[in-house]
Amino acid sequence: MKVIKNEYIADTQNIRLGKIVISAPEIARKAQPGQFVVVMVKEEGERIPLTVVDASDGKITLIYQEAGFSTRLLGTVKTGADLYAVAGPLGHATEMKNYGKVVVVGGGVGIAEIYPVAKKLKLSGNTVEVIVGARNKDLLFLTEELKPCVDVLHICTDDGTAGRKGFTTDILKELLDKGDVNLVYAVGPLPMMQRAGDVTKPYNVKTLVSLNTLMLDATGMCGVCRVTIDGKVKFACVDGPEFDAHLVDWSELGKRNRMYIDKEKHICNIMKATVSA
Amino acid sequence: MKKEPVVIKELSAAKRENNFSEVVLGYDEADAVEEAKRCIQCKDPKCSQGCPVGIDIKKFLFQVSQNDYQGALTTIRENNNFPSVCGRVCPAEYQCRKACVFTKKDSPFASDQAININFIERFVGDWGMRNAVVSSQQSVVSSKNNDKKVAVVGSGPAGLCTAGELARAGIKVKLFESLHKLGGVLRYGIPTFRLPRDIMDFEIEQLKKLGVEMVPNFVVGKAASVQDLFDEGYGSVFLGLGAGVPTFMGIKGESLCNIYSANEFLTRVNLLGADKFPQNHTPVNIGKNIIIIGGGNTAMDSARVAIRLQRMNGIAPNTTVCYRRTELEMPARRLEIHHAKEEGIIFKFLAQPEELLGDENGYVKTLRCLQCELGEPDQNGRRRPVIMPGSEFDLPCDQLVIAAGLGANQVLTSVTPELKLDKWGDVIVDKETMETSMKKVFAGGDIVGGEGTVIEAMRMGKFAAKAIVEQLSVK
Ligand SMILES: Cc1cc2nc3c(=O)[nH]c(=O)nc-3n(C[C@H](O)[C@H](O)[C@H](O)COP(=O)(O)OP(=O)(O)OC[C@H]3O[C@@H](n4cnc5c(N)ncnc54)[C@H](O)[C@@H]3O)c2cc1C
Ligand SMILES: Cc1cc2nc3c(=O)[nH]c(=O)nc-3n(C[C@H](O)[C@H](O)[C@H](O)COP(=O)(O)OP(=O)(O)OC[C@H]3O[C@@H](n4cnc5c(N)ncnc54)[C@H](O)[C@@H]3O)c2cc1C
Ligand code: SF4
Ligand code: SF4
Ligand code: FES
Repeated sequence: MKVIKNEYIADTQNIRLGKIVISAPEIARKAQPGQFVVVMVKEEGERIPLTVVDASDGKITLIYQEAGFSTRLLGTVKTGADLYAVAGPLGHATEMKNYGKVVVVGGGVGIAEIYPVAKKLKLSGNTVEVIVGARNKDLLFLTEELKPCVDVLHICTDDGTAGRKGFTTDILKELLDKGDVNLVYAVGPLPMMQRAGDVTKPYNVKTLVSLNTLMLDATGMCGVCRVTIDGKVKFACVDGPEFDAHLVDWSELGKRNRMYIDKEKHICNIMKATVSA
Repeated sequence: MKKEPVVIKELSAAKRENNFSEVVLGYDEADAVEEAKRCIQCKDPKCSQGCPVGIDIKKFLFQVSQNDYQGALTTIRENNNFPSVCGRVCPAEYQCRKACVFTKKDSPFASDQAININFIERFVGDWGMRNAVVSSQQSVVSSKNNDKKVAVVGSGPAGLCTAGELARAGIKVKLFESLHKLGGVLRYGIPTFRLPRDIMDFEIEQLKKLGVEMVPNFVVGKAASVQDLFDEGYGSVFLGLGAGVPTFMGIKGESLCNIYSANEFLTRVNLLGADKFPQNHTPVNIGKNIIIIGGGNTAMDSARVAIRLQRMNGIAPNTTVCYRRTELEMPARRLEIHHAKEEGIIFKFLAQPEELLGDENGYVKTLRCLQCELGEPDQNGRRRPVIMPGSEFDLPCDQLVIAAGLGANQVLTSVTPELKLDKWGDVIVDKETMETSMKKVFAGGDIVGGEGTVIEAMRMGKFAAKAIVEQLSVK
């Protein structure tokens, strides 16, 4: 599938975020907020899941953080080139209805994943307050796009270079204290999502998180994405990726996601030349 | 003139250690002719009744014995589109060979003396492939029906077979596959040492020549609904979705790291080439004490892949198949069991997994089992494993592959409420026409009746294609 545009939207010492726009009319026609696609950069590549941030005019937009080898490889793809494979939209869409007041939390690259959800929740009649957080101001993105689409936008950074200094979950707690929150929707690094669940639990507010598990086929055929939800095994790719944060076995998920860490380090080291070229 | 069966040529176990090369080299021309001559051309041949697609076995064996390979190919292709595939993977010892007169009465599977029908079939298929001879009924596209379009979903043997049949009837066929490569289990499940990929590639090329349009990376039910396909002008839809969902055992510790479903393990290696990591980017972990749970083909394939990976990575081979009954009850093809033993796989029979224990980082460390003994036969006549109380024992295990069965693929059926399903989630069809409860939607293969065989999937595809052509011609 043709790459219409691929550019970095944040490029700091430790973290690089890229935004890629792909021509994919069939996927664009069907994709709903909360859904993702599987991307293979090359025939010899991995199948990596990435959330559909925007779908319109036959194009889809993905935002990726260069986490390991495959996302870095994606960063090298030139405008006009072809990706070997893009399949989707996969997973369940976020259930859209009028919940009342919804707090949407996006941390790090999770900001990309909450953007379409927050937008559509607002269109579905909800009062939507969004909290976005990143390590520093250079890693914030989509804030301008979010602002007009939601009721209130809260910004925070770990180092205070933009918005408030502190974590998204600090602001979340304050909003919960004010009351009337009917739903919390949070996407970000695993520890952040787990923390969001911990924060909302005493308030008994339903909290949805989108789990970034390992995936392979992403169509329910391998089970590598299995997570334990309320004691039951679920496949994140077909049963999720959204689940109730209060029911997730976070410790198991954290361990499973590190299963290939040695191999990933290895490929990053020996393939450095390829990727930086 | 009771001759001994002609022994097939195989790669010696030593030559299999460091590669995924095909193990069974099969018959050369002289072997095939000699073996075909052992057939006594029964007046009332039982062999064909054992073949799910009813190939005229007696006839093609005679043709081979007369060196008429072209004729034999035509005879086989009358009923079976993929002889090179079936000749390799058909569980012939439970089917045609079991029905052959040379099999002893009441034997649970074919006797050694039974004619090696599958290997001769393979020879004929390969002969055709090598000489690029495609028998006439394979390559002719009817001039009728070319105003009609059919969508085939799933590119396993059921979908491929249906697509071919429809294309030959002149119908325009689009074949949708959710993965990036075509072939279904033949691509992601069965390893290359049993089915080299050039065979699949050849068959897929043939279908392209017939005009079948292939659309990989397209998940029907997600990128388009069944109704969308009709709206786009397809006159019928065939569903060959397969039984791709791995079953876990439901025991404690099953989500520990390095516990794989067989599908995951095999997909990483067969579809994504993890054996060549990091040239291919998908990783697979390789343990020192690998245990495979199960006794079917999937378990044998997983074990034989695992032990190869160990050897290829300088790890002392140590792969154990753990099965709760005994060798006799194993559903795997006998040849696979034999090859697995030759390759050094250890078998632990009458062991029922009870629990998995992990280390502090969440990696599996120990498989706890219960000892079984064989009890009364179940409804299939296989003796049931009965757990012996207090018989717990531990096996060291740093990687576990679960091959404990597969269930219906539900990606499409879960969003298509019009499709009637049975309690296992399989699609209910009319047995003759393969039409589902949804008008003009047909289904076949493992999505009907559960995990089966390649030849059975093709049989259903053929039935469906016939009914589809008839239904489309009425209007
Ligand atoms: C449904 C779904 C949607 C996703 N959407 C997005 C998205 O929109 N944008 C995006 O950037 N990523 C997204 N991800 C995560 C993304 O798929 C992974 O980051 C990517 O596969 C990593 O591949 P890699 O080879 O570059 O890194 P790897 O080499 O596989 O990983 C590098 C390191 O990062 C760790 N890691 C991998 N994935 C994650 C993770 N999700 N969270 C924390 N650590 C991780 C690994 O353990 C490893 O140590 C999504 C994941 C899922 C399941
Ligand atoms: C490891 C293993 C070894 C086996 N060994 C043997 C053997 O030796 N001999 C034998 O006879 N049988 C064997 N079998 C069984 C045999 O492979 C199956 O019976 C046969 O493949 C079933 O064919 P099928 O066409 O129904 O489905 P499959 O081969 O499962 O193919 C289904 C295809 O449909 C695709 N699909 C599903 N849903 C969608 C959708 N919504 N949209 C698009 N595409 C979709 C899937 O991705 C898949 O590629 C084995 C099975 C396994 C798993
Ligand atoms: S298709 Fe299978 S069962 Fe039929 S004759 Fe060939 S090997 Fe035997
Ligand atoms: S039953 Fe056996 S011997 Fe008789 S015709 Fe068939 S293959 Fe030949
Ligand atoms: S990724 Fe394979 S089942 Fe979910």
